[in-house]
Amino acid sequence: MANMAQAIRLALHYGEKNLGVTDIFGEDVGAPLGGVFTCTQGLKTTWNTPLDERGIVGHAIGLALAGQKPVAEIQFCDYIFNTIDLLKLAGNSCWSSNGQYPLDMVLMTPHGAGIHGSIYHSHSFDAWATRLPGWKIVIPSNPLDAYGLMLAALEDPNPVMYLAPKALLRSKGKEKIPGEPDEAELKKAIDAPIGDRQNWEPQWPAIQRHLQPLGKAKQVRQGNSATIVTYGRHVQMSQQVADELSSKGMGEVRVIDLCTLYPYDWEAISKAVLETGKILFVNEDTEITNFGEHLLRRVIDEHYYQLKARPRVLAAQHVPGVGLAPTLEEATVPQKKDIEKAITEILQERT
Amino acid sequence: MSYPAQPFKDKEFARKFYELMVRSRVLEEKLIRMAKSDDGFFWIGGPGEEAFNISLGLQVKKGHGLEHDFLHLHYRNNGTLLAMGSPMIDFIRQMKNSKNDPFSGGRNFVSHVCKKEWNVVPATSTIETQYSVSPGTARAQWRARQQGKDAGVTIVVGGDAGSAEGDFATCLIWASRPEQELPMLIIVTNNSYGISTSAETQHGEKNVSDRGKAFGIETLVCDGNNPERIWSSIEKGLDYVRGSGRPFILEAKVSRLNGHSSSSGANRVDEPDCIEIFERKLLKNAWITEEEISDIRKSAQAEVNKAHEEVRKEPYPDAGTFQDHTYADGKRGGIPGRDF
Ligand SMILES: Cc1ncc(C[n+]2csc(CCOP(=O)(O)OP(=O)(O)O)c2C)c(N)n1
Repeated sequence: MANMAQAIRLALHYGEKNLGVTDIFGEDVGAPLGGVFTCTQGLKTTWNTPLDERGIVGHAIGLALAGQKPVAEIQFCDYIFNTIDLLKLAGNSCWSSNGQYPLDMVLMTPHGAGIHGSIYHSHSFDAWATRLPGWKIVIPSNPLDAYGLMLAALEDPNPVMYLAPKALLRSKGKEKIPGEPDEAELKKAIDAPIGDRQNWEPQWPAIQRHLQPLGKAKQVRQGNSATIVTYGRHVQMSQQVADELSSKGMGEVRVIDLCTLYPYDWEAISKAVLETGKILFVNEDTEITNFGEHLLRRVIDEHYYQLKARPRVLAAQHVPGVGLAPTLEEATVPQKKDIEKAITEILQERT
Repeated sequence: MSYPAQPFKDKEFARKFYELMVRSRVLEEKLIRMAKSDDGFFWIGGPGEEAFNISLGLQVKKGHGLEHDFLHLHYRNNGTLLAMGSPMIDFIRQMKNSKNDPFSGGRNFVSHVCKKEWNVVPATSTIETQYSVSPGTARAQWRARQQGKDAGVTIVVGGDAGSAEGDFATCLIWASRPEQELPMLIIVTNNSYGISTSAETQHGEKNVSDRGKAFGIETLVCDGNNPERIWSSIEKGLDYVRGSGRPFILEAKVSRLNGHSSSSGANRVDEPDCIEIFERKLLKNAWITEEEISDIRKSAQAEVNKAHEEVRKEPYPDAGTFQDHTYADGKRGGIPGRDF
């Protein structure tokens, strides 16, 4: 089974071959490294940039203005903060030019905690990203969706930000990408060898088009007792919690993987509230002015009288960073036990 | 476009150039009056930069696509577009936030031009960001050149104070990467002020453009009030970039004749005026008469008044369109499932 980094690589290869991708670039994105998470190894249009995030985002905008189809990478989302005004500009180019200059570009960046990343490799960006009108924002939770969301992002004519959960980039999924060979064969075909890579060339498998459409959530677990709406690395955690609660006879919790944060799938959320009456939003960005808060506000605005329990947001603590010591990280970003506690309270709440 | 080898030795050209300068000035004066009379909310623009703007506008390889020049402009470059052929009414429409504003549909301040047909990308208020963005269009043209295709160059313009932003350094670095130098004319219009702060009090470097020397970029400082000089400096820069595919920095010393913007009153200040300087020269050569000068002004005035009258009748954009074009193909943004 492909891991998420391989899935992204396959999607970018598909994009180069079939969707007109012209440039894949960023710090250490080109040869020899192919990205610090290997997401861009062996691709045809990759190149290394100066260590300059503003330059990278600016360049992506410029290439898109010139009608190219760039995919830029910020090495870790922890280092995207100095580009925020350029991200605003990318988001307003089409609107402020009254439709003249839509920007067909993808910006990808590893996101979130969970890799013992200390203060500057554990940031999340979803709360900031969803405050950038004009962008579409996606975040996969498994390799197949990583592939499908990247293809959807590449096919979309707007700026799309692709948040790749750092903690999942090396993890494998349960479903194959259409056309994906066996694991060993895939590795041999597309992973760069350790050591001298100068003469190495990948043997791309004949993978096929597969989309996870932008704006569509996935219901990854059935259930009518309560709902967890989440994304990224908290999808799997939430599924596990729900399975355990089910085996304890505590109810069937529906789990929704949002996949696209903007435009988010309101229909799926709304339906879940109407059918379960109980809802928990889980993510790992800091909790003050958090994207989950927006979703919660909307649930209250539109479904107050259909709620059977207090709706909640479980997010990271409002602290300046995620501490390196496992005790600190666990106390800061939501863990499985925190999800379990929050959803159990919701399940047990009397109506 | 082709011009006489020594355009300012050519009477017809010189008169045409002068007329464009006057039209540009009269337009700016109208825009200032509009801002002062509640016919617009804010003015910023380029009185004092006419010699530069007209020289640039006439030398641009105008059109859409990589084979033409890309323009990443500052908010003092209306005259460049006027010289390229934009009618006065376009700028008045933007000032009035008219629904017919061709640059931004009533969304942006005046002098924030954008015209895709001519590769004029959106001018933005965020100082200096165009210097981070412009290497991107230049790279697309660099690639076209590598492939043996006909390609234009990228031209970026901004002020002196803004060059303190990191974006300026970004531009120099990205434009001069070994073996991948970009075909860019990097222009700094140096009026020696950032709003109220004088350059002397903030900048230790002698010339802003000197910073390019560390990257091996050709640089040139010139008097932007002298049409002949600024014309030939732009010509030299463009020839170099077109010929070599490498970057070139041009620093033009310009006047800021009406202060920073309407926020600082937009009143006329005592600095050299490129139009007066050129006028004296034309009179001395007996290439123009006082009467003709007065006629040129009157006709520009009539042109701008007519445009203003027309725009007065135009409404703001319909309120219901405020979300349009948030996304490509006219698509709206807002709240999913509620607004779209
Ligand atoms: C990033 C940013 N910071 C501050 C401002 C506010 N501001 C607008 S114009 C200006 C001065 C710019 O001076 P300069 O770059 O020399 O250009 P000039 O206006 O003189 O042409 C400032 C500080 C801004 N628009 N953008």
